[in-house]
Amino acid sequence: MTEETERRNHTLVVTVENKAGVLARVASLFARRAFNIKSLAVAPIDDEDLSRITIVVDGASAPLEQVVNQLNKLINVVHIQDLQPGHAVERELMLVTVTVEPDHRDDIVEKLDRAGGKVMSVGIDAMMLSLVGTPDRIDVFEEFLRPYGILDLQRTGRVALANLDEPID
Amino acid sequence: MKLDGGQALIRSLELEGVEVMFGLPGGAILPVYDPIIDSSIRHILVRHEQGAGHMAEGYAHATGRPGVAMVTSGPAATNIVTPLCDAYLDSVPMVVITGQVPTGAIGTDAFQECDTTGMTSGITKHNFLVTDAQDIPRTIKEAFHIATTGRPGPVLVDIPKDIVDPNNPNSAMEWFDNVEMDLPGYHPDTSVEPAAIQAAVALMQAAERPVLYVGGGILKARAAEALRELAELTGFHVVTTLMARGAFPDSHELCLGMPGMHGNFTAVTAMQESDLLIALGSRFDDRITGRLDGFAVDAKIIHVDIDPAELGKVRRPDVAIQGDCRVAIEAMVELLRVQGVGESDRQAWRSRISGWQERFPLTYDPSVPGEALKPQFVIEKLRDATPDDTIVASGVGQHQMWASQYWKFDHPYTWINSGGLGTMGFSIPAAIGAKVGCPDKTVWAIDGDGCFQMTAQELVTATVENIPIKVALLNNSYLGMVRQWQDMFYDERHSEVFLSKDVPDYKGWAEAMGCFALRVDDPDEVENAIAQANEVNDRPVVIDFRTEAREKVYPMVASGTTNSDLLVHPSQEDQPR
Ligand SMILES: Cc1ncc(C[n+]2csc(CCOP(=O)(O)OP(=O)(O)O)c2C)c(N)n1
Repeated sequence: MTEETERRNHTLVVTVENKAGVLARVASLFARRAFNIKSLAVAPIDDEDLSRITIVVDGASAPLEQVVNQLNKLINVVHIQDLQPGHAVERELMLVTVTVEPDHRDDIVEKLDRAGGKVMSVGIDAMMLSLVGTPDRIDVFEEFLRPYGILDLQRTGRVALANLDEPID
Repeated sequence: MKLDGGQALIRSLELEGVEVMFGLPGGAILPVYDPIIDSSIRHILVRHEQGAGHMAEGYAHATGRPGVAMVTSGPAATNIVTPLCDAYLDSVPMVVITGQVPTGAIGTDAFQECDTTGMTSGITKHNFLVTDAQDIPRTIKEAFHIATTGRPGPVLVDIPKDIVDPNNPNSAMEWFDNVEMDLPGYHPDTSVEPAAIQAAVALMQAAERPVLYVGGGILKARAAEALRELAELTGFHVVTTLMARGAFPDSHELCLGMPGMHGNFTAVTAMQESDLLIALGSRFDDRITGRLDGFAVDAKIIHVDIDPAELGKVRRPDVAIQGDCRVAIEAMVELLRVQGVGESDRQAWRSRISGWQERFPLTYDPSVPGEALKPQFVIEKLRDATPDDTIVASGVGQHQMWASQYWKFDHPYTWINSGGLGTMGFSIPAAIGAKVGCPDKTVWAIDGDGCFQMTAQELVTATVENIPIKVALLNNSYLGMVRQWQDMFYDERHSEVFLSKDVPDYKGWAEAMGCFALRVDDPDEVENAIAQANEVNDRPVVIDFRTEAREKVYPMVASGTTNSDLLVHPSQEDQPR
């Protein structure tokens, strides 16, 4: 992701009632209003009545203010937090299966180590790796792996929380 | 107290103060129809579910109370989608109850199953699928609360059969008198920010060419009185959009009438040339603004709306005031009384406005004896022969625009109209709903022949249920509004717009439905026919007025042009603007 697109993208953390059909309402609102979703991640939170949806919106597809206002109109939406880039910790998980020739094995494992990733599973001529990181770090790693031959890849989409008072990351 | 779900549903409606509901039963909703027999609620049996929805809307428009409709699952639910969307776009408070297949059958493509909540989620303010009988009272309470507070709108409640069926153990529930709502995400805010009011007042004091741009929200906020106070205090002129006709009296000297695609010259041009637009419960609809980049380019904007999503959606306001229109206007009035309305010289502006009014009145070529009636003439005669507070419900098309132009509305809640969705077939059922809500008022539907053929069968409902509305059918034998566009933009190539003037025989059809009916061809007969219609109060009335098909609605802002390019009546083309 270039810096330019990253600036256009906006991360919204939307707390919703944990009820059937709520995700569909949120997703269809985006479709109906022609707002573009870049990434979407959903899971219940510790309060079992609520769930949290992390949505990365393409800010070029609609003024962010409209997106937030329209989302706010959904009765099941309890709270919306607009995370300014740089004021939040954002993470994504990638699982990837890559072809590994014996010659390349050490190189890949060493890079993976340095990035803080793990080898999850090993086959005859392939490995499954996992990596947690910011979306751009994962992009970079994905690019590094590509020449070796990616067999399968799955990313979770971004989750995010606002920074505490003293950011460390 | 032990009840079953169906009893609980009806009891919950009674507790919400529901006096009347419009509907049509079927398998999935049958168990809820049974307890209606023992209820105080009047049920009006419609002939098509679309009718039930528009009747509920008409009732809500006229009374301000939420309209209620109840229908069965599947095809009944799809039939009521149009009124839901109509109510959504016009912010009409309405609660619709639909039957659904039993909970165990949901998702199996069972007979008459339809994903009603999925289908209506984009066209309702909110909807519910209730899966537990115990949740019925709370859901109904929430539905009415959501429909009537904040920006009003339609709410749908989908009820599976098993939870209301007394023969099914799933429907057993324990009734408590006090149910609590559980809506953690819903906090409509009606209060207004004093700083924003102050900023608005400062703009108003400085304005030289101000216009109050009033939309349907003013009626929803019951703010007509407050608006009048504001206008009279400031001396600012008022335009009332299609949705707001009647919110400010047409006979008032500050009233400019309707702006927009078919608005009158002065209303359109005053907005266009203004230096301050005070938008009150209006939403800068494209039918109002014309091409956006050329709309009122010199105007600063004050925008008051209860729905924060409207503020800045189309045009960025200089001052945005989120909150209830009435509260906001009252706060403005209070501050203006203290601080004065400013020293700006608005004399030149007033004389420009009266110049436009003189040069560009609404006009049409008069009816000629022996030729077809002029629709505008018919509307003027109707207006003059009916009580001042007559309620008018219109269909969609040329007749709608003429009605909104040529009627004189001096009272709020007397104009009922499908503005946002533009739904043909709206007027007859909406008029029925209005008459049910206001039985002491005269209610006229002004309809086109195309529209009439979409929902005329509800006149059967009106006859049988003793709801004596009156219908003025402006029969030009064409889908007139579409024909007008073909005349103007498609070289008069009339593709698929001719309906026939004589088939059906409208008089015969109306009589077959139990109405008193007349047919009028001659301008000299118009007044007499209206007088006869006014005498009849025990049945619905239909007058088939044979009108001129070539007539066009003027003025007009053609799609894609700006409001400065307004096309005026041919007789006014040479007037200096
Ligand atoms: C349900 C529906 N279908 C189509 C249209 C498009 N439409 C707008 S006005 C109009 C013609 C209306 O004809 P009629 O009722 O005869 O009224 P007139 O314009 O002749 O007064 C049509 C087809 C619509 N608004 N609603």
